[in-house]
Amino acid sequence: MSNKKTDKYKQQETILDELPEHEKSRMDAEDYATTGHEWDGIREFDKPIPRWWLWSYYLSIIWAIGYVIAYPAIPLINDYSKGLLGWSSRGAVSEEISIAKLAQAKYVDALKAASLGDISANEQLMTFAVEGGKSAFAVNCVQCHGSGATGSKGYPNLNDDEWLWGGKLEDIYTSIAHGIRYDENEDTRYSEMPAFLQDEILEKQDILNVANFVRSFSNLDHDANLALQGAVIYAENCASCHGDNGKGDQEQGAPNLTDAVWLYGSDQATLVKTISNSRRGVMPAWSHHLDDTVIKQLTLFIHSRGGGQ
Amino acid sequence: MANLINNIAKTPNNNAANHPLADDVKAVNGHHNRDLFEAKKKIYPQRTSGNFRNFKWVSMIILLGFYYIGPWLRWDRGPTSPDQAILIDFAHSRFYFFFIEIWPQELYYIAGLLILSAFALFLVTASVGRAWCGYACPQTVWVDLFIWVERLLEGDRNARMRVDNSKWTLRKFILRFAKHSIWLTIAVLTGGAWIFYFVDAPTLFWQLLSFDAPFVAYGTILFFTLATYFFGGHLREQVCIYMCPWPRIQAVMMDVDSLVVTYHEGRGEPRMSVKKAIKAQAANQPTGDCVDCNMCVVVCPMGIDIRDGIQLECITCGLCIDACNDVMDKVGKPRGLIAYDTINNEQIRKEKPNATQNDGIRWPWHNVRNYVYLGLFLAVGFIMLYSLATRARFSISALHDRNPLYVQLSNGAIRNNFEIKLLNMQGKARRFVLYTQGLKNVTFSTSTLKDNFSEVVFVTIEPDRVKSIRAFVTVQKNSLPDDRQQDFKIIAQEINGPEQDIYAAKFHTPKKTK
Repeated sequence: MSNKKTDKYKQQETILDELPEHEKSRMDAEDYATTGHEWDGIREFDKPIPRWWLWSYYLSIIWAIGYVIAYPAIPLINDYSKGLLGWSSRGAVSEEISIAKLAQAKYVDALKAASLGDISANEQLMTFAVEGGKSAFAVNCVQCHGSGATGSKGYPNLNDDEWLWGGKLEDIYTSIAHGIRYDENEDTRYSEMPAFLQDEILEKQDILNVANFVRSFSNLDHDANLALQGAVIYAENCASCHGDNGKGDQEQGAPNLTDAVWLYGSDQATLVKTISNSRRGVMPAWSHHLDDTVIKQLTLFIHSRGGGQ
Repeated sequence: MANLINNIAKTPNNNAANHPLADDVKAVNGHHNRDLFEAKKKIYPQRTSGNFRNFKWVSMIILLGFYYIGPWLRWDRGPTSPDQAILIDFAHSRFYFFFIEIWPQELYYIAGLLILSAFALFLVTASVGRAWCGYACPQTVWVDLFIWVERLLEGDRNARMRVDNSKWTLRKFILRFAKHSIWLTIAVLTGGAWIFYFVDAPTLFWQLLSFDAPFVAYGTILFFTLATYFFGGHLREQVCIYMCPWPRIQAVMMDVDSLVVTYHEGRGEPRMSVKKAIKAQAANQPTGDCVDCNMCVVVCPMGIDIRDGIQLECITCGLCIDACNDVMDKVGKPRGLIAYDTINNEQIRKEKPNATQNDGIRWPWHNVRNYVYLGLFLAVGFIMLYSLATRARFSISALHDRNPLYVQLSNGAIRNNFEIKLLNMQGKARRFVLYTQGLKNVTFSTSTLKDNFSEVVFVTIEPDRVKSIRAFVTVQKNSLPDDRQQDFKIIAQEINGPEQDIYAAKFHTPKKTK
């Protein structure tokens, strides 16, 4: 096989030698005919590019010069060449943002004018509101409530159907706008469970008894005797807010003690701690920081998570 | 390669000196005349007539006709879909081709089309060589059209050369002005037709005229106008020789049994003029059938001499075959001195001009590979047709909320949230009922408001739309599955219709606590 190849190659060589005189004149220098590169007997001819191709290179160079003049291109020590067009990527982005804002304006205006109920009845407005609420939530709320609005210990899960201050649109709006126990806002939602041990209202044993009684509401493991004693203390100290049957009162922000959702935990130690020291979580009043439209969007987003009433 | 060099060495250039047009008749891109230090040499292809020329006319009329008229064909799809027969609707992510409508998730049909085209190209190249280049490539077709315009205005080869070489006169100016105007008009129409494939053609047409069309439309037209004008009018064969990768790729697919345009060297050589041949015959010297009239060179749009053998520049358009057959008829010799043949046959005939099957002459479709290509092409084609005919026009898919995976409800129930997408790929509104299978004591609804709880969801999907709904699947405490992930199905059944689609989903529950 290899012999055959060499033969072929030799044949080519002799043919080149036998070329007529006028052809030879072009081929006289061996390095003109080929580049000297050779792979498996295949040699690379040395053929210059066509002239129009050369011109395309020149045109590219001219284009590059024009580009350097027109656009930011040369880094300087403290600055960079701005270019005649004054284009900048930051400017381009802010232009895009202002175009997007302009396109949103019609919906934003509609949101401003409409009531929460009207918005949720209008599919198009609702979609816009929920999407806007989603991004506002990601910026302002995820720090406490988590990226999936699932909350954590002390920070309510916004997906479930348990609401401290009510899960209707208006309730949620008020909570966001005015905050919870947020002193800087006059209309803030306010409730204060006493710290029964700290304020020396109840003894340690009483508190343990009440904790057992509270656990009995939702059939969690409890000592029936202690619970029986706790029932009396509950009726005297707790029922005014949490209700006789422990169903709570959203008007006062008193949690329902009979259900499966616990903000701080349902085990005995946690309950004792809660009753002894009270909790009094705080949420800022967002009307101090956010536009009313954004609060509406947040309200509708949270309502749509699945817990809204 | 050896054969090629052989041809170079044997080509007697001196004969050309006897011809009256010797200086003009040059294979300017022939291997010994090519000097790429110089600017492109203009080629003046002469008009031919014959079978291949006619085939090229027909192919040009069909291809250009389809290209220009295509976007204006209408196809009624009902009031909610566009009525353009061929439409690539990027804005609404749809592709329409007559009765076929393709959605983005069906893009594998496009992949299938590409595979089909690939097999078609393999098949064509392996069997009939560079037929694509010679008859169907846009570059070839538009260059043909541009040369036709040139010929119509300035005349045939010699007249065109005279115009080119003459001083600037009013006539030359008018001719040039007319030529470039018509070229540019064709170019604008070409770019214009292109964009009509992407939006409703009549609407865009009026927008273009009233300057209401988007900038990108004008920009695209400008780009295609310039490309058509320069490629068709000025660059021509340079595109094939220097810019196009296809000739290089084709070389890999061809073998000695592929059809190429060949010069029957054994019959043609030694070439000499008719007068000389008479003398030579009288002196009992050998004469070839080639009368060295150079007609094959003169008509070649690529500027080569086919008698040099198979060359990269040859697009196998067959015009030299037409020209040579004409001459052979005139001098009373059999046709086919230049003809489509395989390299295998050509090599054998070189030694033995009247070779037969016994000498190794083979039918071009000798190769098994061609039948494999044909088989694959047909197989892919049938699979695609079958799947197109039986494909579903409705689909459901559900995205389970990642965060949270489940929600603990106050009464102890667990809820999972889903984003459900329903695709109605028909031009009429359809109503579906959605329900779950595989969970006990379950509610399935699009709202968590207590009054709306139910086990089924009814959805009406607008024609030709994707409907996105948020759905909540809640399982009561006493029926919670033992596994933290329980398989279940979301089933969508058409009401008053046959279509049904099932989505296999998982129901997530928290770790059990005491």
